[in-house]
Formats: sequence, structure tokens, C-alpha cells
Amino acid sequence: MNALSVRGLTKTYHNGVQALKGIDLTVEEGDFFALLGPNGAGKTTLIGIVTSLVRKSGGEASIFGYDIDRQLEVAKSCIGVVPQEINFNMFESPLTIVVNQAGFYGIPRPVARQRAEKYLKQLQLWDKRNHASRGLSGGMKRRLMIARALMHEPRLLILDEPTAGVDIEIRRSMWEFLREINQRGTTIILTTHYLEEAENLCRNIAIIDGGRIIERDRMSNLLRRLHTETFVLTLAKPLTHSPSLPPYPVRLLDEITLEVEVSKEENLNRLFALLSDLGIEVLSLRNKVNRLEEIFMRLVEKGAAA
Amino acid sequence: MSKLVEQSASRAQPLSMAQVRRVGFQTIVIREFNRIIRIWSQTLLPSVVTATLYFLIFGKVIGGRVGLMDGFAYMMYIAPGLIMQAVINNSYTNVVSSFFGAKFGKHIEELLVSPLPSWIIVTGYVSGGVVRGAIVGVLVSAVALFFTHLPVEHPLIVVGAAILTSVTFALGGFLNAMFAKNFDQISIIPTFLLAPLTYLGGVFYSIADLPAWAHRLSLIDPILYMVNAFRFGFLGVSDVPVFYAFAIMIVAIIGLFGAAVVLLDRSSGIRE
Repeated sequence: MNALSVRGLTKTYHNGVQALKGIDLTVEEGDFFALLGPNGAGKTTLIGIVTSLVRKSGGEASIFGYDIDRQLEVAKSCIGVVPQEINFNMFESPLTIVVNQAGFYGIPRPVARQRAEKYLKQLQLWDKRNHASRGLSGGMKRRLMIARALMHEPRLLILDEPTAGVDIEIRRSMWEFLREINQRGTTIILTTHYLEEAENLCRNIAIIDGGRIIERDRMSNLLRRLHTETFVLTLAKPLTHSPSLPPYPVRLLDEITLEVEVSKEENLNRLFALLSDLGIEVLSLRNKVNRLEEIFMRLVEKGAAA
Repeated sequence: MSKLVEQSASRAQPLSMAQVRRVGFQTIVIREFNRIIRIWSQTLLPSVVTATLYFLIFGKVIGGRVGLMDGFAYMMYIAPGLIMQAVINNSYTNVVSSFFGAKFGKHIEELLVSPLPSWIIVTGYVSGGVVRGAIVGVLVSAVALFFTHLPVEHPLIVVGAAILTSVTFALGGFLNAMFAKNFDQISIIPTFLLAPLTYLGGVFYSIADLPAWAHRLSLIDPILYMVNAFRFGFLGVSDVPVFYAFAIMIVAIIGLFGAAVVLLDRSSGIRE
């Protein structure tokens, strides 16, 4: 069964901006799905329509087979959403916020209190449960929104940039947490600007740009399509200008840092032989960025050129 | 962080929508009640202080010189009107400030993404307004009893008029919050409409004492009917037929509730 099914979805705002131009998308139950795109691509609009915060202009959407036009209440009961912007009452405590949220989904208060303890502990917020939420750090506020979204134990969890502004240690523990939730059967749709996050967590991916899906594939298939890798070399001695290393495209980032693009079919020995011939000594070497970022940039740039 | 995850494995059977609505409604009311108590110095205290001052100045100092009004001591005559004034203000203010605050702070989205239908959300907020109106009504009544004896001739009319008035103005507050774009717009109606209509609605006088033109003008003020129905419940006297008051309130509640639900469904100013 599809956790999310969207067909011909369009959205034109009152100011005339066409945010979605006929989106078709399915996300299978149990998937960990990445929805990527540059700012203003339409990701948040798509999530807004699915969660009923934005009215669609046309098309259809259903959650686990429940049509959002005809069975909105049941459809919404299947979804937990972690929005991009902080949207809880800053004057309430984390405990109050999550218990009330459970109540809005029909969870009786005694059960809600048990779940609140479970999720606030899992997300390391239990010690802060009775503090005013406005006093929480940025990372804690993000985790509170995740705890809140889980209180009714939704079948589909939608996370709109959940780790924005969160330090790397907390981010990685959140990844682990989300991975386990997904392994237990919850379908997750993730939007993020940290492409490393999507590459690490997600099995399937869609890239949206200019209100259209420009790519939809398994993550592994998409990454396989990348034919080159970029390496960053740290040099022993400074250079004044970029050396010529045909056939490798080269860029001198600063006087001791060289960026070289290498085809996957090529071995690195040839590159090092060329460098040795020019008397360039290499102290260290690393991959420039994660692979998904390279594909993402190419697809989005191609879309912009078209 | 990850050891205790078992939510999907232990996921309970889907809840009936009836339970979702019942628990959801209770949750909104509990949340509103907790808010009223949490900020009691803003929600409960001002009306008690204001009522005390009214009773001291208008009842004790000036009232002693006014003499009888419709056969009652002035303090006793104005007491039902002052209680009703507090109920009206607090029912209205509670909903307008709470709902607009939720809209402004974006936590209204917690409710909008939930499976609760609009009519439950409206009913929940309005009930919160009624709860505050009732608490303040009781507190101001207690203040009144410090200053005067207050008979209750028709208890059902007292309760009925208080609840219906409270619901009417709570719904008014909800609509105000729906339309408001900033905090200024939630104070315009209480200041420039509600306060004049209340003061001119016979809280401090009988419209029988007004000149004919002012008497006729007063009859178009809906708050006049509510104050008089409430006073009739306590003292057994009214400037207008009590039936009119209940008819006006019931019609107003039906109209305002319908408008509130439709507006929330369309979510003007909330959803995009």
C-alpha cells in the first residue's frame, strides 16, 4: 500500500505564484523517503497540502488510501508532522505540549502521560518537561516537535527540515532515533538541506524543483549514476597558479589546496604520476562532498538551464 | 535516545472518530482552563478589581444619593448588570486573545493538522470562554455579596442568561480573532463596540428613566436585553420582555456559530 499518493497536484497562491505544477508522487508504506529541492522548490507547499495547512488548487492526494478531499479526518489521523518553523506555544511546558497534542488525536490523558514520558525521555527532554518551552535551546525545540509528532504514533511521519540548526552530535543521535522508528514500521518522509542526512537515512528519493518532480528513484540507483568524484588534495608546498593535469579538471582553492575531478573509470595512480611529474607533493587527500550533493546540484542546475 | 522505540510495534487499534472528537474537545477545554489559571492575574483578577471599584464608587459613594431604582437599592440594582458586564468581557476576551495568540504564534497549526473538525475546535474555544465567563461571574458575584444582599428570584433564568450571553460573546471573540491581522485589531471591538454597548445597555440605569428618543435607541442594543434578562433572574424586574432576550441570544448563537465554523473551514487568514 502507498503511504502517500499524489496525482496532478497543483497549487497557485493568491499572489499568482505557481508553487506546484502538477506533481505525481507515491511513497510506499514503510519507506524512508527523501524529498529534496532548493529553497522555494515546492517541498513545504506539498507537505502543507498533505497536512491540510495549504489548500490545493488541483489534483488528488491520499494517505494510506484515504482521500484528503473525502476522508480528511481519517487521513490526518495517520500523519505526524514536524514542521520547518517552531510552532508550539512557547509559554507552555514540553509535557503540556505533547500531552495536549495527543489529546487532539483522541489519545486519553493517562495514555498520553505514559507516552509523553517515553518520548520525552527518548528525545532527552524529560528533565526539561516542566520548564517553559521558550527557554529550550534550538536543538531541544526541534526534538520537542519530533516528540509531539510521535504522540499519536502516526503511520506516516513527515519531517520538514527537522535537524536545521542542530549540532552534529544531536543530529546524529536524531538520525539513529528516526532510523529505528522507521525500522519499526513508520513511514518517514524527510525534507532536508543536509544531503548527507538524506543519503544516510533514505532508501528512495524525489527531487523537486520549480514546482515539478525532476527526479524520482531509489537512492542507490541515483548515486550509481554519478560518474565522477571530486577529491581535495592538501599540498606540501604552495602553488601560485592552478597546474594543468589533463584530462582532469583542476581548481586551485587556495595556495595549498587543489580540487581535482576524477572519473570513476580512472585509477588515481595516473593522477599521482602527473602530480609527481610536476613536482607537486600531496600531504593528504579527501572526498570533497557527499555524492548526493553533486547529483543534486547537477539536476537542479540542469533544471534551471532548461 | 534510541533504546525505547516501540511505538510502531505497539501501535494501538485505530481510534473511533467519536473518541477523537470527544477527547479532542476535552483537551481544548482543559488547555483553555489551564491557561486561565496560569495567567490568573491577567484573566481573573482585573474583573474582580474593577467590580470592587464600581461597587465602591457607584454603589456606595454615589448610589447612596441616587435612592431607589425600580424599587431596589441602587447597589442591588446595578449588581446583576456588573456581573453580566464581567461575563461578557471575559468570555469575549478569552477567546479572542487565546485564538489570536495561537494564530499569531502559529500553534493553531497543532489543531489544524489534527483530525478534529472545525466545529469541535470552535466549540472547544467557545467553551473555554464560557468557563472563564463563569469563573469571573462567580467571583464578581462574591464581591457583590460583600456590598449588598442579592436575591435570586428565577435561578434558571440567571443561569440560562449567563450561559447564553457567554456563548454569544465567546463566539463573537472567535470571529474577531479569525479576522484580526494584528493585536490592535483584537482590542478595537472590545474598546469601541463592546464597552459602549455595555455601558448603554442599562447596567447602571433603567431605560424607563431615559427620554423617549434615548429609550427607543437603547432598544436596538442587544446587550440591553441580556443585562435585563439577567437582572430579571435576580430581582424579578426588567425593562424589556425576557423572552426577547433569549430569542436574540439563540438566534445570535446559531448565526455566529455557523459563521465561525464556515470561516475556520475556509481558514481565512490561517491556511493558505
